[in-house]
Amino acid sequence: MKDPFLEGINAGWQAIDASKLVADRELEADVAIVGSGAGGGIAAEILTKAGLKVVIVEEGPLKTSTDFKMREADAYPQLYQESAARKTKDKAVNILQGRCVGGSTTVNWTSSFRTPPTTLAHWQREFGLKDLTAEAMSPWFDAVERRLNIRYWDIGPNENNKLLREAAWELGVPVAPMRRNVKGCWNLGYCGMGCPTNAKQSMLVTTIPAALSAGATLVYRLRAERLVVRGDRIEALECAAMQKAGIHALPYRVRIRAKHFILAAGAIGTPALLLRSGAPDPHRLLGRRTFLHPTTVAAAVMDREVKGYSGAPQTIYSDHYLDSVAVDGPIGFKLEVPPMHPVLFSTTLQGYGEAHRKLMAEFANTHAMLSLLRDGFHAESPGGTVQLGDNGAPVLDYPITDFIWDGVRRSWLAMAELQFAAGAKRVFVVHEQCEGYASLAEAKAGIGKLPLKNQLARVVSAHVMGGCGMAADEKGGVTDVWGRHRQLGNVTVCDGSLFPTSIGANPQLSVYGLAARNASRLAGELTKQPAPALA
Amino acid sequence: MPTRRQFIKAGLIGGAALTAAGLFYSRSLKEAPGNAVPHRLTLQERSIIGAIVPAVLAGALPAAGEARSRAIAQTVDGVGVAIAGLSAAAQKELGELFALLGFAPARVLLAGLRPSWEEATPQEVAAFLEGWRFSRFALLRSAYAGLHDLVLGAWYGTPEAWERIGYPGPPEML
Repeated sequence: MKDPFLEGINAGWQAIDASKLVADRELEADVAIVGSGAGGGIAAEILTKAGLKVVIVEEGPLKTSTDFKMREADAYPQLYQESAARKTKDKAVNILQGRCVGGSTTVNWTSSFRTPPTTLAHWQREFGLKDLTAEAMSPWFDAVERRLNIRYWDIGPNENNKLLREAAWELGVPVAPMRRNVKGCWNLGYCGMGCPTNAKQSMLVTTIPAALSAGATLVYRLRAERLVVRGDRIEALECAAMQKAGIHALPYRVRIRAKHFILAAGAIGTPALLLRSGAPDPHRLLGRRTFLHPTTVAAAVMDREVKGYSGAPQTIYSDHYLDSVAVDGPIGFKLEVPPMHPVLFSTTLQGYGEAHRKLMAEFANTHAMLSLLRDGFHAESPGGTVQLGDNGAPVLDYPITDFIWDGVRRSWLAMAELQFAAGAKRVFVVHEQCEGYASLAEAKAGIGKLPLKNQLARVVSAHVMGGCGMAADEKGGVTDVWGRHRQLGNVTVCDGSLFPTSIGANPQLSVYGLAARNASRLAGELTKQPAPALA
Repeated sequence: MPTRRQFIKAGLIGGAALTAAGLFYSRSLKEAPGNAVPHRLTLQERSIIGAIVPAVLAGALPAAGEARSRAIAQTVDGVGVAIAGLSAAAQKELGELFALLGFAPARVLLAGLRPSWEEATPQEVAAFLEGWRFSRFALLRSAYAGLHDLVLGAWYGTPEAWERIGYPGPPEML
């Protein structure tokens, strides 16, 4: 298997492993980019190709296709924030978020959706973001879709996805195929552990290599600690070199001076960096309104093999339970399925001992479904707040409100109904008090009685959004409609923290599109030339 | 994982026991040469986790003999590796949790476990887990959830566990 990243390094790309530093360093750039994920990657390619000198800072390690062995035990500690065990402050939500070169795009499941028009319309109405119409965003999505080969998946769904489709057909619920950012995909099903064939068009194989080929510098295992604020500008970025294991810092510092700073450290990392830096926040908005798409899980034991570990993880979805409610009414949810892998599944499942073993014994015959709740569109869904914990490490305080719990219960009922419609023998919603239901009637009675409490009900998240939200009015958002920080003249936010609500769909394409738009404008401003198109 | 202050808030155990456990913990931290060393399980942590593993994995582990002891030891090692990959803050919280569980009065009061960890049967340990799983204190429920994830994650990441659930393992790449 070819490893284009390693070939690039051999050909002279500037990729520095900060864990090997033996002294402090100073770097100079036109633009310093914090984070190499969806936002940072797109910005890096556009700005470098515009002729600007770019330095990309990544806290995680550089792992490439050679390292990707499709083993959870290796992948989670290497590629995810906090070994894929990042939690909200009250430990009620487990968060999957990438931490490696390419960020979450290296480990996501490739699901690609444009920002739904309903969401954009809500932003126009509630946050004054008049420029962000579906029509205005369309050319940016077109460009990114070309760049990342985002297309309908023509190999067809695996059994796990097929069951969602069959269930929906059975109940007359609308269901649709998904688009994916892959090229020459082998349909293995291990996207979440890093793509071993370089088929996934993540930032690791697209924009970051393009930026490095055009002369950008990447420094990985380097933690962005603090922006040096001088008046209304940032002078420099102070970083700490990390030990190889990535938990603790080395005593060596890297100071990066730049004309402009792009913050793309993700919707927990970016607000936390601004908080650590004492960035001005006159309207107390920084880190607030952080959203998660709180996600519930239901598992169904089928009478045939599902093998949910095999094949493209997500190819079918339903927006029925989003589209059948008002966007600002009771919380709606998007239906998808997860890939089934033993660590992810066994740790998500309730219980232990014999009861847990029995469920795991049905692993190959188990279908699982996800409901992603669309948070942030209602007064009772204000999201969470990014705070600083020990040593400035970010902590997300995200209380699950009754408004969210109501959606949790409705999502369990919907998933159980669908799973029985698809022929499930037994359905388990992931709640400590659920011992499984043998019929829809039993499920309805049982789910109705499940107490809605933290930890008893398992809620997970793979999408962190918000915290530096955009708004037309300075009092309504940390950033303006171009992602520019309201108080700091040379800072542009370029990641999911820009979103004033959740997206209501897997967010990678929303991040790409906005990043392309905002970075192109910035390139134009800095070079006084039109920005180059994405290759 | 709960923090010490949260335990105080939960009002579950007396200040004296807590202080003592805290002292033990800070002493064990001081023994480490600098705070930048990856987490290594202490002997006490090994015996606590070694007691929890057979309860969480009841029925899943080999039934007896050397295969069973080896699987338990490997899972305990796996938990240690998993803890070492957590954030510094989470590692500290887990250290505090294990210090509490290792402190006999806290073990009895908080975990409801009379015998020592070495002597406790999987049934007795399961009763402790069950108590925390359904505790009215969110803090103890979250501690249960943490132990649940650590042990199950360590076991189901291994090919030995895969054989028992019909998972063929990742495809072989050429």
